[in-house]
Amino acid sequence: MTMQVTSMMKRFGETEVLRGIDLNVRDGELIALLGPSGSGKTTLLKIIAGLDWPDAGSLSVDGEDWLRVRAQDRRTGFVFQHYALFPHMKVRDNIAFGLNVMPKDRRPPAAKIAAKVDELLQFLQIAHLGGRYPAELSGGQRQRVALGRALAIGPKVLLLDEPFGALDAAIRRDLRRWLRDVHDKTGTTTIFVTHDQEEAFELADRVVVMGAGRIEQVGTADEIFDHPASPFVARFLGATVELPVILRAGRAEAPGLDASMLERRALPDGFATLFLRPAEIDLQRDDASPFRIRQITSTGALRRVMLDGTGIVLEAELPRQRGADPLKVGDHVRLRPDAGRIFPGAARKAPPAPIPLKKETHR
Amino acid sequence: MKRVLPGFGLSMGVTLTYLGVIVLLPLVALVLRGAEIGPERFWAIVTAPRTLAALQLTLVAGAMATVVNAAYGLLMAWVLVRYDFPGKRVLDALMDIPFALPTAVAGLALSALFSANGWFGALLEPMGIKVVFTIWGVAIAMSFTSIPFVVRTVQPVLEDLDPQYEQAAITLGAHPFTIFRKVIWPVILPSFLVGVTLSFARSLGEFGAVVFIAGNLPMKTEIASLLAVIRLEEYDYNGAAAIALVLLIIALLLLVISNLLQARALPYKAKP
Repeated sequence: MTMQVTSMMKRFGETEVLRGIDLNVRDGELIALLGPSGSGKTTLLKIIAGLDWPDAGSLSVDGEDWLRVRAQDRRTGFVFQHYALFPHMKVRDNIAFGLNVMPKDRRPPAAKIAAKVDELLQFLQIAHLGGRYPAELSGGQRQRVALGRALAIGPKVLLLDEPFGALDAAIRRDLRRWLRDVHDKTGTTTIFVTHDQEEAFELADRVVVMGAGRIEQVGTADEIFDHPASPFVARFLGATVELPVILRAGRAEAPGLDASMLERRALPDGFATLFLRPAEIDLQRDDASPFRIRQITSTGALRRVMLDGTGIVLEAELPRQRGADPLKVGDHVRLRPDAGRIFPGAARKAPPAPIPLKKETHR
Repeated sequence: MKRVLPGFGLSMGVTLTYLGVIVLLPLVALVLRGAEIGPERFWAIVTAPRTLAALQLTLVAGAMATVVNAAYGLLMAWVLVRYDFPGKRVLDALMDIPFALPTAVAGLALSALFSANGWFGALLEPMGIKVVFTIWGVAIAMSFTSIPFVVRTVQPVLEDLDPQYEQAAITLGAHPFTIFRKVIWPVILPSFLVGVTLSFARSLGEFGAVVFIAGNLPMKTEIASLLAVIRLEEYDYNGAAAIALVLLIIALLLLVISNLLQARALPYKAKP
C-alpha cells in the first residue's frame, strides 16, 4: 500500500490542528509520527482511519481517493491508546469481531473464522488467553489482543495511537521489539503515533517529526538526530541550550565559546543561534570567560553543571570528574561543544532562566 | 479493614431500626393480616370477578405504560447523552418532574388535557378515540409517573461508554446498526432491564395520577390499589388486606428480578 497525504488542513473551532500536511508513505514501511501533545499527530491518524475528516487537502491510497471511502470500507487496523477492547466479549470474540460483522456474502464461514483466530492467537503468543474477558488481562496482553483484532481483517494499513503509552517501561521495551517483529513478518504498512523519541527512533524506518500542525522533518533516526531541520526539532530532541552567536566565515563566535570542534557551516555571516545538548558541552577553566559555575549536582553517573553569564543561564552534563583539580562553584569556564546545530537569526524564545540572576552573591 | 470514621455500630443500629419500624413492620403486619384470613377466604377474595378485573387492568395498563417508557426512556437517555443542543440541561432537569410532582397534580392535569373539551381530548374524541375513563387513560397516567426510571438507569451507563468502542467497531467494518446491536446494546442491557422492571413496579402501584383519569368504573377502569381503598372504606379489612398482599407479592417478585438482573448483569466486570 502506498499513501499520499497532500496539503491537509483541519481546524477544531478556532484552533488549527493541521496546517498543511504533505506526506508520502511507501509500501510496507513502518513510520512514526513523533511530536509533543497538541502537534496534530493523532488527528492525522484519525483522518487516515476515517474517524475524522479534514477541512482541506487530499488523502489517496493506492491511487484511490480515501476521503470518498467510508471508514468501514477502508480496512485500516486501528489500535487505540487504551485498546478499546469490547468489554463484554471474550478475547476470541474481540479478535473475530471484524470478520463476524462482514456482510453475509463476503463473510468467511464460522470454521474459517475460528481457524483464523487460532492462528492469530498463536502468532501473537497469547493462545492461552482466548477465553478471557479483557478486564482479566494485563496491559501488555490487552495491547496484543488489540493488535490481533486489528490484524484479523487483513488491514491495508495498521494505525497505532500511542501504542505503548499506557505500559510500564520494561513491558514497553519488550512489546516494541515484538511489534517490529510482527511488522516484519506481516509486511503490513504501519503508522504509529508517539511522543517518545526513543520509541520512534528505535522502532521506525522513518520518523516524521510534527510540531503545531506541521511536519517539521522526515527522516531516519540519525538524520534527524544529527541534522535537525529546524530550531523546533533541535529543541524537541533535547538541544535545550540556545546560545546567541555571530557567524563569521561559517564559524560561530561568542564570548566564552570555543567552537573549534564544530564544523564550519555554509551560512551567511551575521546573527545566529547555536543549539546544544547539555551532554555535548565540555567545560574548560578560563578566567577570561563570562560563564561562571553557579551550581553542581551529581546524578551518580553524571555531573550537572549550571552556568550563568552574558545574561543567560545554561546547563552542561559532564561525565563524573576524576583528577586532581575538579571544577568548583564560582569557577569561570569556557564552553567547548563537540557538536551543535546553528540556525540563522536570533533565538525565538528566551532560554530557560528559572532563577533570576544576581551579581556576586558571595566572596 | 480499619475504618476511618468511628460509629459503625451506632449508625448501623439506627438505620436497621428505622428500616424495621418504617418498612418491614408494616409489611409483616400486612402478611400476618393476610394469613389470618385463611387460604380459602383469601382465594375467594382474590378470584372474585371484581378483584380479578382490577388486577388484570392494573397489570395490562402497567405493561402498556412500561413498553412505552422502555422505548421512550431509551431514546431520551440516548439523546441526553449523545447530542449537544441548547436547553439540554433544562431537558435533563425536566426528566425529574414526574418524580417531584404530586401525583394528584399530574392526574388532574392529564384528565383536564384528555377530557372531551381539553386540548388533546378535543382532537382525539372526534376521531373516536376516548382516553379518559378507559384503559388508555390509566396507561397514560402510569407512564407519566414512571418515565424517569429507564432514563435515569440507562443514562449513566451510556455516559460511561467510551466512544472509542464505537470508533474501533467502525474501523473493523461494522455499520451503525451492527455497532448498536453488538457493541452498545450488550453494555446497556442490564441497566435497561433494571429500569424497565422498576418502571413496571411503580406503574402497578400508581394511585394518585390514575384515579383522576380512570373514572374508576368497577369491572372496567378500577385499578387494584383503588379497590383496596374501597374495601377499606366498606370496613372490609380482610378484602383490603388480601388485595394489598397480592400487590405486595408482585412488587417483591419484581424487586427480586431487578436485583437478580443487576447481580448477574456483567459477567465481564473485573473481579477485584
